[in-house]
Amino acid sequence: MGGMSPAPPEGSGEPHDGPAGSRSGPSPAAGSGEPHGGAPVNAPELAAAEGATRRFGELLAVDGVDLTVAGGEVVGLIGANGSGKTTLIRMLLGLLAPTAGRVRLFGEPPSLRTRARLGYVPQSLGLYEDLTVAENLAFSAAAYGTRRPALEGDLAQAGDALVRDLPLGLRRRAAFAIALAHHPDLLVLDEPTSGVDPLQRARLWETIRSSAEQGAGVLVTTHHMAEASQCDRLVVLAGGRVVAAGSLPDIVGDATAAEVRTPGWEAAFTALDAAGLPVSLTGRTLRVPGADPDAVRRLLADAGVPAEVTSVRASFEETFVTLAS
Amino acid sequence: MTDRRTWGCRRLAVRYGATRALEEVTFEVAAGTIAAVVGGDGAGKTSLLRALAGTVRPAAGTVRRPGERRLGYVSAGPGVWADLTVDENLSFSGRAYGLDAAELERRIGGLLERTGLAGARDRLAGQLSGGMRQKLALAMAVAHEPDLLILDEPTTGVDPVSRAELWRLLAASAAGGAAVVVATTYLDEAERAATVLVLDRGRSLLEGTPDEVVAATPGLVVEGTDRPEGLAAWRRGARWRAWSPGGAAPPGTSPVTLDLEDAVIVAQLREDQRWAA
Repeated sequence: MGGMSPAPPEGSGEPHDGPAGSRSGPSPAAGSGEPHGGAPVNAPELAAAEGATRRFGELLAVDGVDLTVAGGEVVGLIGANGSGKTTLIRMLLGLLAPTAGRVRLFGEPPSLRTRARLGYVPQSLGLYEDLTVAENLAFSAAAYGTRRPALEGDLAQAGDALVRDLPLGLRRRAAFAIALAHHPDLLVLDEPTSGVDPLQRARLWETIRSSAEQGAGVLVTTHHMAEASQCDRLVVLAGGRVVAAGSLPDIVGDATAAEVRTPGWEAAFTALDAAGLPVSLTGRTLRVPGADPDAVRRLLADAGVPAEVTSVRASFEETFVTLAS
Repeated sequence: MTDRRTWGCRRLAVRYGATRALEEVTFEVAAGTIAAVVGGDGAGKTSLLRALAGTVRPAAGTVRRPGERRLGYVSAGPGVWADLTVDENLSFSGRAYGLDAAELERRIGGLLERTGLAGARDRLAGQLSGGMRQKLALAMAVAHEPDLLILDEPTTGVDPVSRAELWRLLAASAAGGAAVVVATTYLDEAERAATVLVLDRGRSLLEGTPDEVVAATPGLVVEGTDRPEGLAAWRRGARWRAWSPGGAAPPGTSPVTLDLEDAVIVAQLREDQRWAA
């Protein structure tokens, strides 16, 4: 248990202060009154993969990936299982060396020193289940050589509870508190709000956003479109390569779906499904991403199903599934 | 519950010792529709699904469900026998539902094709990816063409490609006449269902079609670049959203068109205020 053991920082001084010259731009936290969202101009590049490639024997898990995370921005890394997401994260965390290309953290190769400036929350949360929240926090703070931060709100009330006895929402907040306690410059979060209700999810995102506004760069990996839509910028991986990057509207671009409205969705669904089309049901409306409305109309007419078919803008999820399959 | 083929519960309570997992929950799902049960960890989703499936006895209220052999249930967790092959899992559960060998073989062939598991018939279920395992569990639950199909968070940990396939299988079951109940923590998924029940701390918070739930939200939701003062606010991407119960948009904000996520957040905020009062 416990996920990754935090590496103690090398040398003395504040562990979150990087070596001189590792930050090329002004501190984004000092930016005044800029609208939130997106990296401020000249924000320091905190993490960078340049043509990062990783091969496991015959398997090319990650193939020439370029990715950057700057201070003040939230970047979403989206990919299906087997897309290379986890391998890329392991390279960025410095746990795995690229077989070609390179990875830089704070302008240098990943090392113990860069590890001390990272905050990482794995999907499994990486907490010691048989210690209390306060003990988890104290243990991690000691490893990083930082002071133990004060717990806030209902997390403070739960400070003496064993982690394993807490509801998932509080466990997630405890993991965040631990990952943020040493004021990391780069936060890496794997499915950060999985399993919690919408209000708790919004509260977790408040924490993530507030870190970004104070200058941290955030890399979020997720399967869920609701999380993807919270990010400033997205990088979509499929088969180890970047297949799309940019803002959510950039990625959707002019992709369309055929929308089918019919009094009998069941017959329409069965006909489109039997034709091998990637049809989906929303309420009583059907959608076929990427399909030509005329072709859908003809197919339904041939099946004797009366329907109104229009072309609508594809959703991000539909675009993603098309890119990933 | 007038329709003979409408399943659900009325004023249901489920308790585990002193823990009140569900209180006063009324819910229905009609044949040929998909109903989503939404809530976070501890909201009561699993208790409701267990009561519908008949694996937990209600402390109060009534449950209407078909006979055991007309029911399909995919619980949270693996739901497959890890040390049996895909084929063996399907035949074993199919036989338990009383399907004869010829009928079973025909249906298994079709399901393997639909789920993309045809190439994995001889693989041990324990060696499948999360998405494939969920598809196998779903295939096992629908092989006998149940009248009521109950799924507890079938898409948790499943990637978007497999998730799209799972939802297509759910829609196919509904198109074939099944009533489908699916629990999820994600509202973008719930938006695809015909009806939604939102649970919070064991009670029903919101219910109706997604459009009805959104339309029933009182006041106004506004958005701005800074946190609006004096209003309950939450993040949406880089921007702030806030609930204005009186319906006025404070300076620097503008009203937004609500989605289901906003509607649930507002309902939870109101519930929190009630608990605090």
